[in-house]
Amino acid sequence: MLWIAIRMLTGDAQKFYGLVFGIAFSTLLITQQLTIFVNLIERGASGVYNVSSADIWVMDPVSRTTDIAYAMPATALDKVRSVEGVAWAVPHIRAQASVRTGDGDLEGVAVIGVDDATLIGLPKRMLEGSTEVLEQPDSVIIDDVGATRMFPDQSPIGERLELNDQRAVIRGIADAIPSFTSTVVLYTKYSQALNYVPGTRNRLSFVLVGAEEPAQAKALSERIEHETGLKAQTRDEFAKDGIDFIIENTGIPFNFGITVALGFIVGVAIVGLTFSLFIRDNIKQFGALKAIGVTNAKIRRMVAVQAGLVGLIGYGLGVLGTILFIWGFASNPTFKGFYIPWQIPLISLASVALILALTGWLALRNVLRTEPASVFR
Amino acid sequence: MGTLLDTSAIGGCNPEAAICTRGVTRDFQAGQQTITVLHGIDLDIRAGEMTFLVGESGSGKTTLISIMCGILWPTLGEVKVFGTDIYDLGDSELVEFRLANIGFIFQQYNLIPSIDAASNAAVPLIAQGMERHEARTRAVAMLEKLNIGDQANKLPSQLSGGQQQRVAIARALVHEPRLVVCDEPTAALDASSGRRVMDLLREVAVAENRACIIVTHDNRIFDLADRILVLEDGRITHDGREMPEGH
Repeated sequence: MLWIAIRMLTGDAQKFYGLVFGIAFSTLLITQQLTIFVNLIERGASGVYNVSSADIWVMDPVSRTTDIAYAMPATALDKVRSVEGVAWAVPHIRAQASVRTGDGDLEGVAVIGVDDATLIGLPKRMLEGSTEVLEQPDSVIIDDVGATRMFPDQSPIGERLELNDQRAVIRGIADAIPSFTSTVVLYTKYSQALNYVPGTRNRLSFVLVGAEEPAQAKALSERIEHETGLKAQTRDEFAKDGIDFIIENTGIPFNFGITVALGFIVGVAIVGLTFSLFIRDNIKQFGALKAIGVTNAKIRRMVAVQAGLVGLIGYGLGVLGTILFIWGFASNPTFKGFYIPWQIPLISLASVALILALTGWLALRNVLRTEPASVFR
Repeated sequence: MGTLLDTSAIGGCNPEAAICTRGVTRDFQAGQQTITVLHGIDLDIRAGEMTFLVGESGSGKTTLISIMCGILWPTLGEVKVFGTDIYDLGDSELVEFRLANIGFIFQQYNLIPSIDAASNAAVPLIAQGMERHEARTRAVAMLEKLNIGDQANKLPSQLSGGQQQRVAIARALVHEPRLVVCDEPTAALDASSGRRVMDLLREVAVAENRACIIVTHDNRIFDLADRILVLEDGRITHDGREMPEGH
């Protein structure tokens, strides 16, 4: 009977494609929007993710994210180094600056100063040049998204910038996760950054810490807080704070939530309407089957198989559409590093199952209510 | 002359009757009003006969046939089909009973448009759990018996009305039911197609151990009946081999 159910469904090509389209469109909308949402808010933690070697971030107690940090006195570094269990601790500065390009345009940039000796604080991979270029005077490394943005059709290597009235020369391109605002990021040595960024007596944004036992990072961060009075967070905690900041302070979750809800509603509307039409068109056949002796349980299974088939194909197409979207825009800086977290296809699958359960149940009610005797009328 | 009211059987059924109804009454609710469509029908249908149920629209034919084949509950009375009091059965038992014992032929055929003739004819066997290939083989054999074996792979939309009705007959007989119920089998066919279909139906459906009830208006086929029951206003007013004068 299940084979007959599938043939009944696929035999009506228009409605079959309508149902598949409804589910595929709904899946695409839900999966793609959730993917963009998750990847966008994860950029709130890009500053943390880009420094993969630091187990713990130490900061002033009022600091909230990598971009909202209150400077500490330079002595904070020594305090942290003196805590037992700290393998290494290096200074890290993050500040905003204005840069004048060769064309005379003014661009806001983030300047990140990394430890002079170890260069800890730089992204892991370089796209052009090596990290050693920072040994040269006035050197900066630009992030790849920034390079595309500031120098769309040319290589930025060797370009001179006027950075807060100081000379800076781009000598490398880092492969970095873009920030939430896609701000251009310039990496330089800590000592050089102090020159580029005018400021007050306190300039140290963070102290990056490597733990002797990385697995005990949480305990170490608590010890640092206890002994120094500073705020210390593990890498994951600080990344989460960056993400939470975006969620709490922007309308992004609400806007994406609306789109995801629309995807669900559109799915229910298209699939519900088409499924109801399909059932209505076949109500005589279902009535005949019931008269012949097909039980309601078998009818339920038939409708479930029809819904399941439509769901599987539509869901597969929707997820495939999202994969193609991400793949197609992979080279676009806006979507750099985007990926589909495994939870999102599961959420879409649950949504599709809910859409089909809801619409299938509504359609099935008509079938189950049909009196077998109606076939004689 | 068939048995209209076998007084000896009142209160019990003739054990030889394929179908036996006693005191079958059916009411329908129309707003505040209760309409009685059948008034205490007592009837015995014998196997091996083609019984026609004839009457004007609204006379209760469809209601009676629905009750006799277990798809509409009577308000009062009992119905035995081959000795089984079908309305004493539980819901699922009744459905199983229909699947095993009754073949249906509908006025509008009610074939599934997206499967071919053989698969349509095989539906009762598939519903009984038979493997699809075997069911199709048996359905094709039945279609051959009805002279449309060469149309087995065609969809209903590729068949004429007469051919579709023959597929419906194949579907009604493929599982060898003991009762065949036909609702206006010739209503959607022209005269010659209707006649051919009825000739075939008589040939393949009538068997010693099988009862065949046909609801019809079509006076062109009355000569094929072994027994004609006339229903008027929910009561049987004639039971005989031929139609009464004046009808």
